[in-house]
Amino acid sequence: MEIILSAAIGILSASGIWLLLRPRSFQVIIGLCLLSYAVNLFIFSMGRLTPGAPPIMPKGGFVDPTRYADPLPQALVLTAIVISFATTALFLVVMIASRGMTGTDHVDGKERSQ
Amino acid sequence: MAEHNLFLLLASLPFATALILLTLSPTSRSASAWLSGASLAAGLVVQAGFLSDIRDGTVLRASMEWVPSLGMNLALRMDGFSWLFTTLVLSIGILVVIYARYYMSAGDNLPRFYALLMAFTGAMQGILISGNVLGMVVFWELTSFMSFLLIGFWHQGAAARDGARTALIITALGGLCLLTAMLILGYVAGSYDLGIILRSGDAVRAHPWYGAILGLFLLGAFTKSAQFPFHFWLPGAMAAPTPVSAFLHSATMVKAGVFLLVRFSPVLGGTEAWFYVVTSIGMATLILGAAVALYRHDLKGLLAYSTISHLGLITALAGIGGPMAILAAIFHICNHAVFKASLFMAAGIIDHETGTRDMRRLSGLFRPMPFTATLAIVAAGAMAGVPLLNGFLSKEMFLAEAVDWHNGTWLDNALPYFAIVGSTLSVAYSLRFIATVFFGPQATNLPKTPHEPPAWMRRPVELLVLICLVVGILPALTLGQIVNTAARSVAGPDLPYYKIAIWHGVNAPLMLSMIALAVGTLIYAFSAKSIPTGPEGPFLLHRIRGQRIYDWLLFRLSWRLPRMALALMSTEALQPQLRLLVLGGIAVAVASLWSGLTWAQDLRLHAFNPAFALLWTVGAACAIGAAWQAKYHRFAALVLLGGAGVVTCLTFAWFSSPDLALTQLLVEVVTTVLLLLGLRWLPKRRSEIPEDKLLPAKIRRGRDLVIAVVGGVGIAAIAFAVMTRPVISNVGDWFLGNAYYEGGGTNVVNVILVDFRAFDTFGEISVLAIVGLTVYGLLRRFRPAPESIEAPDQQTGDSPSLDDYLYVPSVIMIWMFPILVMVAGYFFFRGHDLPGGGFAAGVTLAIAFLIQYIATNVRWVEARITVLPIRWMGFGLLGAVATGMGAWLFGYPFLTAHARYVDVPFVGQVPAATALLFDIGVFATVVGAVVLMLVAIAHQSLRASRRREQDEIAARKEAA
Repeated sequence: MEIILSAAIGILSASGIWLLLRPRSFQVIIGLCLLSYAVNLFIFSMGRLTPGAPPIMPKGGFVDPTRYADPLPQALVLTAIVISFATTALFLVVMIASRGMTGTDHVDGKERSQ
Repeated sequence: MAEHNLFLLLASLPFATALILLTLSPTSRSASAWLSGASLAAGLVVQAGFLSDIRDGTVLRASMEWVPSLGMNLALRMDGFSWLFTTLVLSIGILVVIYARYYMSAGDNLPRFYALLMAFTGAMQGILISGNVLGMVVFWELTSFMSFLLIGFWHQGAAARDGARTALIITALGGLCLLTAMLILGYVAGSYDLGIILRSGDAVRAHPWYGAILGLFLLGAFTKSAQFPFHFWLPGAMAAPTPVSAFLHSATMVKAGVFLLVRFSPVLGGTEAWFYVVTSIGMATLILGAAVALYRHDLKGLLAYSTISHLGLITALAGIGGPMAILAAIFHICNHAVFKASLFMAAGIIDHETGTRDMRRLSGLFRPMPFTATLAIVAAGAMAGVPLLNGFLSKEMFLAEAVDWHNGTWLDNALPYFAIVGSTLSVAYSLRFIATVFFGPQATNLPKTPHEPPAWMRRPVELLVLICLVVGILPALTLGQIVNTAARSVAGPDLPYYKIAIWHGVNAPLMLSMIALAVGTLIYAFSAKSIPTGPEGPFLLHRIRGQRIYDWLLFRLSWRLPRMALALMSTEALQPQLRLLVLGGIAVAVASLWSGLTWAQDLRLHAFNPAFALLWTVGAACAIGAAWQAKYHRFAALVLLGGAGVVTCLTFAWFSSPDLALTQLLVEVVTTVLLLLGLRWLPKRRSEIPEDKLLPAKIRRGRDLVIAVVGGVGIAAIAFAVMTRPVISNVGDWFLGNAYYEGGGTNVVNVILVDFRAFDTFGEISVLAIVGLTVYGLLRRFRPAPESIEAPDQQTGDSPSLDDYLYVPSVIMIWMFPILVMVAGYFFFRGHDLPGGGFAAGVTLAIAFLIQYIATNVRWVEARITVLPIRWMGFGLLGAVATGMGAWLFGYPFLTAHARYVDVPFVGQVPAATALLFDIGVFATVVGAVVLMLVAIAHQSLRASRRREQDEIAARKEAA
């Protein structure tokens, strides 16, 4: 399972990085989204993989922390999901505005040949 | 205790007055003058109350807690020296207030002027009475800023702006040096308390860092009191209104530097380094300032250089540093303040009544304005050191120090010669001032016909000149005692009483004074003809201008250098920047992990599950497919991106984080819709770009592919290395153990978000709100590309309209609205105990709105539902803050939560933590921000269609 997930993280981030280096703004947005999946999974996996033990506590009584998934990476990733949505939205709008102003969707604001 | 409170009142009064003055209307001229004057007078009354204690040698203290956890207090301290100086500042302040009332013209905003003046007074007073050296530096920098505003008060003029900027840059840079010096000094002395530092002189002087402290300290003091080579900011500051010059350059601002030198001379002084640096700089400034003053044609320019020269004199005395030198320095600080303030005011009157300050045009003013002329002549006499005036006494003491005091060095032997040159030159420029302006033929071509000023404009000058005379004739009766007290508080209580007297018999200083008067007169007599036609500086020296060097340096530093750096290190193109960023990230990771990344001894691996493998086969295919297709097939790439997102979401669910899975799924929906809306505005790309087939493009793609693969493999390796290690117990365990007892919720992730780490969440929703507003703001000004304004093919021509072929789904979607609202409520209320919470609920509600926009159209929705996203955001943010501040009412820190269960009829036990209120804030902010972004983008097509209609109407009109 660990091998699969780390391979998945690797593929997601490689695709994300490749798109990040592309010239068209839409490619960069897609790349950022893929990269944010990869990073979220990466942070999440730092708490190790624990199937079938969500951090929902009983009401009262002794709590054995080793029996539950680590809640801290989960809380961090929850925040990260929302923030990455916000940055995606912002970048999308900047992309649209830049396209309106420069007449091209190249990230540098002009085509390479110009 | 009463004294303690009075002290605090004294310190805060000018600032409070400044705040009140700011609220007055610009036309209330007299009211603002009265208020400022009364405030300063009240300060003087408090000072009078302190006098008896000060005379006894008591040191008054007061302190107020500021940041108790850091041991930082707002400490105040007053001894004889600071009492004398504060009284001087307040007294001259009152006179300046009166003078300014008549000097400033009707067009000036007088309340604003007085507010700045009061704030400046407060800052200056703060330097004098601060009991903590760091507090002193804060006030020090505050005087720099306030003087910037005051010098640039007539900011319409370029000269005022330049002068203000130069003054700020020089003095604030000096202030930074001073801050560093004080930090080291406090560290060496073991305390930042002024009293303790003043007692630990021996330890400081013996410390290896003494040199650094001294250098930085002197940079601070010299820049402030305009010592060579930093003197050039002061003449530039003459662009200020004259009352400002009279205040800043007589009793305050520049005197702060010499105050510091005198104050800290027991700690830092007495060493060879101190003597050489301070005395030589002081002497150089004394002679240079006096020499240049003789050649200046501008009245205020002459006074400015004279001020520089007199500050040099005081600095030289501080450098000599013996008890008598300290006494002389303090005495000269007072005397110079009095005569220089009156001279600046007189110069202001002349400028005001004649319209010019150019001494080549002014002449024979004694006849039209005899009173002012008499006053100015007496004050100039004090400046020159004429007997029976106050300037004579302290200059005499300076000469006595130069002659009588010895430590056997070459500089000491040279002191009398330097002193006599400075004195002689000061006689010469004083004489030039008197002779050119008031005598000779009466000038005829002045801009205004000169006459006496309004009586109250002259009163302050009259009073100051009277003080010059009284102190000059009866020194022991007037200032004698308090100057001694002040000197004793600096140099130690053992200082014997020194009786200041006019007549000490015929001795060396008196002879030197007489020589200076005689030679100075001769110098002026011989050069009177040549000065007005010559350059504004002595032979050769006028070519070396500090201002020019400063301008050259500043131009290099603030214009040329940044542009060179920009050309060298930056590119305007984003693509290379991103590449560098990625490469840098990889380089940092490699550098830090090269030898450290090892696999665990025995790998902790979960059993292989074919379903999970299949899941990620699909996920990987989606990711690679999205990367493949994003250029020419955007819609396909978007769908594939969604596929990768769903697989990610399932992975979260698989490994026990239902909260993440839920949020990811909801955000996935919103992101996809958002990107779909954005696709509309991108250029059509059906044909392939021909250049993509060329070799350079292939090389670029190959290189990027290598970078991407290296990055991906690296991240995968790190993830694998960490995932297979045994878990180390961490703060997460504490959260698990205490979520229910401390946070009152069983869903630990939610409790972390809204209780344990609520402040982080608060920051996060603020970011979300800011992004929402930015999106809204950007789109309001947005002009779409011309080819995108046309209605898309689907909406034109013969194709059936959207309403027709999505009729059934759209009805269902409209009906979904109440259900989704209920689902959102459900997510929200179960959030504290089970997966859900404010984020998930907020996004769900946003989706509910969104679906309405998709199902119908903007106009249909907005005719039926009023969504005010900005209010949602404002309500959410303020609610979250209010919840956090509610904890203060019960004496807990910001955002401390309280939790309990409440029995609600028919519903049962409901968790009612204050965290729930906070979660409402999160919920509302998320709804507001998400809806605001989506609506802002959706409205673009509305605006585009409106523009189309307008174009059509215009075209039709033109045709008609």
